[in-house]
Amino acid sequence: MSRISKEERLLQLQREAAGDHLYANRVRVYPKTVRGPVRRIKWAILVTCLTIYYLLPWVRWHRGAGRPTQAVLLDVSHERFYFFNLELWPQDIWLLAGLLILGAVGLFLVTSLFGRLWCGYTCPQTVWTDLFMWVEQWVEGDRNERMQRDAGTVDADVIWKKFLKHWIWLGIAFWTGGAWIMYYVDAPTVTVEFWTGSASTEVYFFTGLFTFTTYLLAGWAREQVCTYMCPWPRFQSAMLDDQSFTVTYQGWRGEPRARGKRHQSGPSAGDCVDCGACVTACPTGIDIRDGIQLECINCGLCIDACNHVMERTHQDKWLITWDTEARQIAKKAGRDEGIRLIRPRTIIYLTVLLVAIIGLSTALVTRSTVGLSVQRDRAPVYVPLADGSLRNGYTVKIANKTALREAFDLTVNGLPGATLVVAESDPKPVEVLRMPSASDEVDTFRVLVTARPAGLTDGSQPIDFVLTETATGKQTVYHSTFMGPPGYAATRAK
Amino acid sequence: MPTKIEKDVISGQETTGHEWDGIKELNTPTPKWWLYVFLATIVWAAGMFLLYPSIPYGTGYFHGLLGYSQRAMVDAEVGKLVAQRKSSMDKIATMSFDAIKGDPALMEVALTSGRITFAENCQPCHGTGGGGTPGYPALAAGAWIWGGTLSDIQQTVTHGIRSIDPDARQSAMPHFGADGTLKPAEIEAVADYVWATFYDHPATGQDVSAGAKIFADNCVACHGDHGQGTREMGAPKLASHVHLYGDSQETIVHQVNLPRQGVMPNWGARLDPATIKAVTLYVHSLGGGE
Repeated sequence: MSRISKEERLLQLQREAAGDHLYANRVRVYPKTVRGPVRRIKWAILVTCLTIYYLLPWVRWHRGAGRPTQAVLLDVSHERFYFFNLELWPQDIWLLAGLLILGAVGLFLVTSLFGRLWCGYTCPQTVWTDLFMWVEQWVEGDRNERMQRDAGTVDADVIWKKFLKHWIWLGIAFWTGGAWIMYYVDAPTVTVEFWTGSASTEVYFFTGLFTFTTYLLAGWAREQVCTYMCPWPRFQSAMLDDQSFTVTYQGWRGEPRARGKRHQSGPSAGDCVDCGACVTACPTGIDIRDGIQLECINCGLCIDACNHVMERTHQDKWLITWDTEARQIAKKAGRDEGIRLIRPRTIIYLTVLLVAIIGLSTALVTRSTVGLSVQRDRAPVYVPLADGSLRNGYTVKIANKTALREAFDLTVNGLPGATLVVAESDPKPVEVLRMPSASDEVDTFRVLVTARPAGLTDGSQPIDFVLTETATGKQTVYHSTFMGPPGYAATRAK
Repeated sequence: MPTKIEKDVISGQETTGHEWDGIKELNTPTPKWWLYVFLATIVWAAGMFLLYPSIPYGTGYFHGLLGYSQRAMVDAEVGKLVAQRKSSMDKIATMSFDAIKGDPALMEVALTSGRITFAENCQPCHGTGGGGTPGYPALAAGAWIWGGTLSDIQQTVTHGIRSIDPDARQSAMPHFGADGTLKPAEIEAVADYVWATFYDHPATGQDVSAGAKIFADNCVACHGDHGQGTREMGAPKLASHVHLYGDSQETIVHQVNLPRQGVMPNWGARLDPATIKAVTLYVHSLGGGE
């Protein structure tokens, strides 16, 4: 328990009585629609991203008979990921990890150069919030109309507009949730199944879940996701320096800000007419003139808003612009400073990115299409046979990642004269075992290896299983051991 | 209950009226929502009492209105699985071994079922994977006493060895020593002969001609001239690298004097024919099958 003085306690009580709580209510943001080049770029990116997202599952890709025809398919139930002509197995999951590393380092590089472009333009939260705000503005009207409606009494018009808005939102959210599912199951099939009620419970559940999250995050939570939920704004400052381009209010030009017309304010006034257009346009509800801040997603809508005002007050545009902190300091001092894209931090990010790209593509190109795994039987450890030889059992798994039906030859190195046989088949032990292997599958065989006493050393000895592709002669080796009792070869030698 | 509720000067909160050495207890009542949640749990518990098994009667218990029973659920699950396997197991029961081996899907069912059956019933004596334990044959070794074809194995599993089944495989090696047929010295001699001739060991150069004569007089009828054994009689092959009761001379002496005669139960009395066929296929696949 903390000890506080009587005076402090009384102060605290006064504050509480005044309603100064530890928890603040959300201040609703009513962004005003803006027009301009930034807004147009944002619309273009939004349309592109959403088109890709909604239509990609419908793109078909021919892979041969009996194989999925969807270009991008994360077939979790069959443990295969398909990306056009690339097919990934669970064993290749590290490629996905590598891809995430690429994404992260790429994000670091872009952020250190141009600030939070990801947040402002391509983050799904931003894209869908933008779309939902557009619907809101279309149904309910612009900022002032919406604010009046929310402040006024509830009448039929309010109920109808809110009803319509939420239903359109839910419709978009449902479409989004449905499209998400299509990345995991065949799109045309699941669409038919969904509407005929024959889809799996998981399909309905996840469609519902992603419908709900889309509606909640893009319709209700909006900028709170960026400010409170997302970790990225918290550590993105580690990537920024004074050479990073960010949305910047040029204080040296704008201050002292003065409300009203220029000729009334006098010559000492700055360019900023303090109209608040940049504040009302901001989707996160901040004032860019306070400088770079956590909540700023770098979308630049305030630039469009301000340019419009600057035009109407016959001043130079770009009072709010993209610029670096260093250049702003120089401009304030009346100097002009160049842009420095090549800096130690960007070189490091770029190097890491290039190394990751090269490493990943090399690994992707050279990844083996055949996998061999051998597990020795734990019990019995070995079986002495009636004819004096010694046998060990192994479980052999052959993964054929190619689309071709291949034949393999399995042999054992390090055990002269050893014979192999597949346990379930009719036993006809051979030195070279021909293994059939279906395409795109893992086949499991129980292989019994029998060694003549002459080939044995005492106890356990290392052996290699060698799998040879009959068509190409390419070999895959798996190290294993062959176990036997000490002194076995000596007593069976006669 | 104090008549006048006193307020604490510093916090402004009411006190309970309790005081110890000048320290007064503040009244911090439980929130209302907590009380309602507590009451709701009582109502909930009453509902659970009615719906689910709850009150013991001594010998029985109140089953609850839902008739919930985990035992019945397990029975239903097991029944469902049996029904699911029925078509496969019916096929295994009626089809020949060759036909089953020609059907990979059915073979997989048979081997899986056989593996589980083996682990539950056979493994305690015959060891994991049929590796054998002292006195119990290693099924994977191919040293069969009664034959290692599928039908041989099926016969042995169904009727057992020296079991109560009238069709059980029967063999009884005479108690040469215990019955006084052979004297201890003769037993030693024949054991030396058997060990020197048929068993694995470095050469000794010992003269075993006395034992050879005793062997020819007493043992060849069943075990054969060259120790090759006779399967029809269940006489083991001596000229082998795998011996049921051990590889030392002492075990040979013991076996001639007072033979151990192991018993295998007649599993036909416990397992259904389809399961026996499945376990037969599994045992055959362990590597010793003929």
